Amino acid sequence: MPMDDGVGLVQAQTLHFDQPLSLECDATLPAYDLAYETYGSLNADASNAILICHALSGDHHAAGRYSPEDRKPGWWDNCIGPGRPIDTNRYFVVCSNNLGGCGGSTGPASTNPATSRPWGPDFPMVTVGDWVRSQARLAAALGISCWHAVIGGSLGGMQALEWSIRYPDRIRRAVVVAAAPKLSAQNIAFNEIARHAIRSDPRFHDGRYLEHDAVPGVGLRLARMLGHITYLSDDGMRARFGRDRRADQARFNFDVEFEIESYLRYQGESFVNRFDANTYLLMTKALDYFDPAQAAGDDLAAALAPASARFLVVAFSSDWRFSPKRSREIVQALLANKKQVSYLEIESDFGHDAFLMPIPLYHRALSGFLEAPA
Amino acid sequence: MSLRADLALMSRWIEPESSLLDLGCGDGVLLDTLTRHREVVGFGVELDAELVASCIERGLNVIQRDLDEGLSDFGDGAFDYVVMTQALQAVPHPHRLLRDMVRVGREAIITFPNFGHWRTRWALIAGGRMPMTEALPHPWYSTPNVRLCTVRDFEALCQEEQVTIVERVMVDQRHRSNAMMQRLPNLLGEIAVYRVSAG
Repeated sequence: MPMDDGVGLVQAQTLHFDQPLSLECDATLPAYDLAYETYGSLNADASNAILICHALSGDHHAAGRYSPEDRKPGWWDNCIGPGRPIDTNRYFVVCSNNLGGCGGSTGPASTNPATSRPWGPDFPMVTVGDWVRSQARLAAALGISCWHAVIGGSLGGMQALEWSIRYPDRIRRAVVVAAAPKLSAQNIAFNEIARHAIRSDPRFHDGRYLEHDAVPGVGLRLARMLGHITYLSDDGMRARFGRDRRADQARFNFDVEFEIESYLRYQGESFVNRFDANTYLLMTKALDYFDPAQAAGDDLAAALAPASARFLVVAFSSDWRFSPKRSREIVQALLANKKQVSYLEIESDFGHDAFLMPIPLYHRALSGFLEAPA
Repeated sequence: MSLRADLALMSRWIEPESSLLDLGCGDGVLLDTLTRHREVVGFGVELDAELVASCIERGLNVIQRDLDEGLSDFGDGAFDYVVMTQALQAVPHPHRLLRDMVRVGREAIITFPNFGHWRTRWALIAGGRMPMTEALPHPWYSTPNVRLCTVRDFEALCQEEQVTIVERVMVDQRHRSNAMMQRLPNLLGEIAVYRVSAG
């Protein structure tokens, strides 16, 4: 482990919920588990708790390592830890795996109590609203009646936004990073290609691949490769990979030649080893369905009217998946309500992925926002 | 911390517990002061990301935005006051911004360096070159002040745009004022401070 090891060694925990959860799709989960991690300690009046919401392919392992041998720490380790922007010396940080996920919370790979087989394709569709309601139960179980802040990037930012609408009294600050108030047709189009890749893989077996001891690896790999293109910017890709080749001469075959090919294949391959295809389908659908304005007559300002948190909205210049323009839609709707909001647009070549990067200005604003009185 | 003289002047005009939009708010010193002492609900607009971060660290509401794009993020009459200090001369379309400011604010407070001041006039007459003064320290080729105007220019624009001048105070670089400056504003005032409103 490096010298500055952040939160150090961590352990995932699981909480079982017996109270049925009725979902937006009208199905009901009779019982479920939520896997989560915590860093730092909760203060006496439980006022220093921060909820981190993960994105499409994330999980509850946001910081630290499970063992000293772990090659990589949690997905947002550069931001969470002692002296880091989400400072675990001050805050009690909670990150849970979304329902329907594959990191330990109940999901399609879990056993369906009704059939004693994996849920597979029968796992009900979960929405951002369902996640937030399940997180609210987790908060209650942990003794947290009001979050100091709810923070998320991308799909995680959508959860933070949903929190601010659904539980205005239980969240003092919302940090919405690289998000959008709803997906565009182009966003949905990319998701549909990803789903199509997975569902048309012969090893998908209509979602019952676990019972066939199979993995729809070809489809999942494709979905991830496609996703990664949307996470990077054209400039960022050029700077990082350009047209660099692994060998000087063209080989005139279809093996990996260009570095970008190697990168995408590596990303696809490692994703297949850690992610469940049905979860990927569910998460992309949750993204597609997210549209808090819909229930308010397609008026985002009206949808955000109940919110009372202070907002920090952050976007990145080269993010074309959820561009700064999309973040500004959120900001405009908040301004129309005279909500307390700040908007920061960070110059970056990292594309959508920038929300995970230790960009000094981004981190400075984040810690400043968390420390300032609400 | 003593309040800068121009900020002190403006903060007198601003009613407690009002709402305010500060265009080109910089590191947020005016907003911070007004939020603390006048309990205003304030928002800043600033283009420079570093300055935006400074405002956020102060606990202020700040929107990163280029004023050249106008104020379309803000609704009609959304604020009691829209304030812009020493920036009107640096935007490409001051007339549009003026229109926008009185649309968004019940009242707008604007300050700008008066190009009609005798020292500027003299610098041009005597030196025959673009004036460089304490108020306008940049050479012509790199000045951010691309829309310089005089007191009379500004008042003519207000008339054209049907903007009402509620109050005008002329001050010098130290933000001091005297009776002579108010009598001969275009000649003796270095900085013009206006309260204006629509209609």
